[in-house]
Amino acid sequence: MKVVVTAQGKDLDSPTSPIFGRCPVFAIVDSDTMAIETFDNASAAAGGGAGIQAAQWVVDQGAEAVLSLNVGPNAFAVLVQAGVAVYRIEGGTVREVVQALNEGRLEALSRPNVASHSGMSRRGGF
Amino acid sequence: MVIAVASGKGGTGKTLVATGLADVLSEDVGAPVLLVDCDVEEPNAHLFLRPEIERTEDVHHLVPQVDADLCTLCGRCAQVCAFNAIAVVPTKVLVFAEMCHACGSCARQCPEGAITEVPLTLGRLEFGHAGSIGFAHGLLEVGQALATPVIRELKRKAQPEPGSVVTTIYDAPPGNACSVVETLQDCDYALLVTEPTPFGLHDLRLAVELARDALGLPVGVVINRDGLGDAGVEDYCAEASVPVLARIPFDRRIAHAYSEGQLWTQALPEYRPLLRSVADAALRAREVRQ
Repeated sequence: MKVVVTAQGKDLDSPTSPIFGRCPVFAIVDSDTMAIETFDNASAAAGGGAGIQAAQWVVDQGAEAVLSLNVGPNAFAVLVQAGVAVYRIEGGTVREVVQALNEGRLEALSRPNVASHSGMSRRGGF
Repeated sequence: MVIAVASGKGGTGKTLVATGLADVLSEDVGAPVLLVDCDVEEPNAHLFLRPEIERTEDVHHLVPQVDADLCTLCGRCAQVCAFNAIAVVPTKVLVFAEMCHACGSCARQCPEGAITEVPLTLGRLEFGHAGSIGFAHGLLEVGQALATPVIRELKRKAQPEPGSVVTTIYDAPPGNACSVVETLQDCDYALLVTEPTPFGLHDLRLAVELARDALGLPVGVVINRDGLGDAGVEDYCAEASVPVLARIPFDRRIAHAYSEGQLWTQALPEYRPLLRSVADAALRAREVRQ
């Protein structure tokens, strides 16, 4: 399964980012093979609507799941409408959270868990 | 003549000065006055002037509506939206109307002609009189984020009769962002209200940069709560050649009258000459400029 992890760096052992729309890096990981591809998040510096734009990007990649912590209402709406599952992570590396997903240890979010603009004042760390 | 009362920092006394000026100009000078509260996110001048509202009007802008039968989900609308107000998922187009700035790009760029623009209510304008003072303000709709189109429409509609000589006073929103730029544009004078504290000074500098340096308006400063804080504001004004037109003392009675919704110039008439001198200075600055 193709999953997108919000990350702070560009390999499997990079720490994850708790922020969705304005995270520094998106890691696309094949959860079966652990193959990874990373992309700078072009929405990180968006004037507004970063979450919507980031969610659109995730949808366009054909990902089936997003592994993040803080997903706002607009981004969540886009992901849900596109049938992308959102799983809640807390800390860990990209490798660790994908393994946790594979082992069924991640909780699927059924609603946005932060308000709009929650990623505005933070720098991508926990 | 349009005088905008602005501040940078919030809570320095914009409405205090704006309503006091309107009262003094109208009653002591006998000048026709129109007070326009441009702080559409939190208008408060009406609490003191208690106008009778005679007319209201909604403010709309146009947001996209997608015809699902015509849409091929090509994604062009989301790509051209500069405000990230549209997302296209495999089954539908999602429009986040509160993000939309009504630029119309999506409708023009849609290759299928599937997008029409439909009105969305952003806010409401109210017009009336408080005694002989003409009054207008705008109210941003709860849940809407765009104040500037409401302010633009308020300024356009709150005009004196053509040919009449009216002094218009704009009570500006706080800060130095878009809504303040929208308010200050095309004014004749910017009256900047500050307080003698480091916070007041910090935001006064920004307000001077915006009003005088960026927009080219003549500016004057009113120091409110004079007697508090430090000399930083006075020193800056002297250094930057910004005239200090008046100092309103830190007088508990002003705060008291204000907290009860009284017009302070009525409750404490000894302050009327102070505002008269502010008005005179603003009017003179305009004559000099002309």
